[in-house]
Amino acid sequence: MTAIASPLARARTPVIDKLGVLIALIVAAAWVFLPFATFKANRIVQGQSRIVFDALPPWQSILLSAVIAISLPVIFYRTATFWRLLMAAVALAVLFIFIGLTAAHLTPAGNTLVRISPGAGFWVLLFGYLLLAADALTRLRLKPLSRIGILILAVIAIAAIMLSGDWNGLSIMKEYFVRADAFWREGLTHIVLAFGSLVAAVVVGVPLGILSYRVPRLRTVVLNILNGVQTIPSIALFGLLIAPLAWIAANVPGAKEIGVSGIGFTPALVALFIYSLLPVVANTVVGLLGVPPSANDAARGMGMTDRQRLFQVEMPLAFPVILTGIRIVLVQNIGLATVAALIGGGGFGVFVFQGIGQTALDLVLLGAVPTVVLAFAAAIVLDALVEMTSVRSREP
Amino acid sequence: MIEIDDLTKVYDGTTVVDNVSLNVDEGEIAVIVGTSGSGKTTLLRMINRLVEPTGGRVRLNGLDTRDTPPYELRRRIGYAIQANGLFPHRTVAQNIGTVPQLLGWQRGKIDSRVDELLHLFQLDPGQFRNRMPAELSGGQQQRVGVARALAAAPKVLLMDEPFGALDPIIRAKAQDDLLAIQKQFKTTVVLVTHDMEEAIRLGDRIAVMDQGKLLQYATPEEIIAHPATEFVDQLIGTGERPFRLLSLSTVGEIAHQGEAEGEPVPAGMSLRDAYAECLWSRRTTLPVAGPSGAIIGMVTLRDLEQRAARPA
Repeated sequence: MTAIASPLARARTPVIDKLGVLIALIVAAAWVFLPFATFKANRIVQGQSRIVFDALPPWQSILLSAVIAISLPVIFYRTATFWRLLMAAVALAVLFIFIGLTAAHLTPAGNTLVRISPGAGFWVLLFGYLLLAADALTRLRLKPLSRIGILILAVIAIAAIMLSGDWNGLSIMKEYFVRADAFWREGLTHIVLAFGSLVAAVVVGVPLGILSYRVPRLRTVVLNILNGVQTIPSIALFGLLIAPLAWIAANVPGAKEIGVSGIGFTPALVALFIYSLLPVVANTVVGLLGVPPSANDAARGMGMTDRQRLFQVEMPLAFPVILTGIRIVLVQNIGLATVAALIGGGGFGVFVFQGIGQTALDLVLLGAVPTVVLAFAAAIVLDALVEMTSVRSREP
Repeated sequence: MIEIDDLTKVYDGTTVVDNVSLNVDEGEIAVIVGTSGSGKTTLLRMINRLVEPTGGRVRLNGLDTRDTPPYELRRRIGYAIQANGLFPHRTVAQNIGTVPQLLGWQRGKIDSRVDELLHLFQLDPGQFRNRMPAELSGGQQQRVGVARALAAAPKVLLMDEPFGALDPIIRAKAQDDLLAIQKQFKTTVVLVTHDMEEAIRLGDRIAVMDQGKLLQYATPEEIIAHPATEFVDQLIGTGERPFRLLSLSTVGEIAHQGEAEGEPVPAGMSLRDAYAECLWSRRTTLPVAGPSGAIIGMVTLRDLEQRAARPA
């Protein structure tokens, strides 16, 4: 088998790709039946659907359709992974550029009220090609650093499209231009909430995990309590924290000055911290329990003190598992931090809840899309880190 | 060198090691042999205080082991275990350098010691120094495990079934290596095994344990000729006795003047293998060749048969 062969040469002896069949169906259906863009006379009225051929000038819709049409056999049949990845990259680039062009085509000249947003067809096509890209990347078994490299390339490509002004006519960008300052401010708050609670959870959770590992009776108690906490719905937890934190702000000297209060940033941070503890503590315990008994015995037998054994043998061997816990926490917190906006904690959730209140879907997207992108990027980076820190185990 | 007096270990009312006393002289290999649950590993682990004795005491060079903090004591005693216990996250060099590093040796001194040991165990330092344990074969892992135990040149080496996980051919090679290295460094070795054949092959003295009690502690010849109890006899295997006796000496030791026909056998060959050679090649006499290949004498089937008989 040649690693890189022309897709057409491959198609002559067609073998169907199982996942490819599904992706091809999704892509084809989205292309033909679903609206590529939505046209709204203003930002809150019900939108009207525009399929590909109505959303773009004729030659552009033909070009977009051509790319999708060419991609279908490449996806449907089992083709070389390299071609699948290239096809996904090209299709995604074309999708991103052409969705910007729909705005220019559909917006009547001089009209600033009209809102053009990506339609269901765009989102489903995006999903289909992302699935194709993810599948191809998995099959390529890239090294961790290469995966981070591809992530950086993707970020640069998207930034380039944004900076080129291609998307300026889209509704989500119009929402952004109105509140650019707030966007970056809330973005920073969002990141501080997600990372700050993570750092606090690691600082408290890892030692707690080590202690729970050493003292089995404590382990049961700690893990059961944290499991219980995890089942409290996030909004309820925010609510539960209002009273004690308000009391602390009122009665503990200095607490108010450092920002403790019943609502706002502090309870959001505390709630996220509490949610983060279980994955960190549990993974620390599991990681330490997974250290080979023979390595521990040898470490003791050669004269390591308990502390030396912990830092030189147990922690390094448990580290990839602990890092997996941190990955879970970070992705979970980036999502959960959205809810913090409900109690005045800030973050991208502010736009989501404002958007819901104003029935302005575009504003909801302004909060939701960066959150998803952030979580996705964090997952890729941390997965790569987990793999890099895992012990090399190549068979001789 | 090692004096064990009335050593006892009781776990939750169960006596695992029951009043065991034995001495190991400097430069000797003592093999503790017994079935699983006999207390042999617990006895071994009490020497470096991985298990704290319930009663009795252990003296090394006349000094009670309780007078030294356990971690300091263990850094002076080599320790090798069955699953080799290599640290999977550390390179071969880092693994071997563990105890020197704990003892605070200089970087350069550790590096040269690691290379020296790798040479000694026939592992090319350039090739193996930076490998991870998972990249080694079982036999190589085992050698690195023993090299690590010897890194700080301990006077005493404790080994808990060190060859248990190896296939027979690699195991025989590993046993030969251990004997050669032990001879070179005059290390005092205490080795635990369940394999009587291994015990007879390696041990200057053999301690047979059963249900926590030391049944017999004697030279291999003595154990084979005069087993203290029925159990010791069983462990040797009645049908194996003559062959076990034969395996204790080499043809070089009993060769005498005379002419013999056919292919000579090397002086280092065990009497047991020589006996097998006689049977196989239908010969009653074998010429014996020295290390240079020159004939140094002969052995006869009759010599071998006398050696295989129960000693008086």
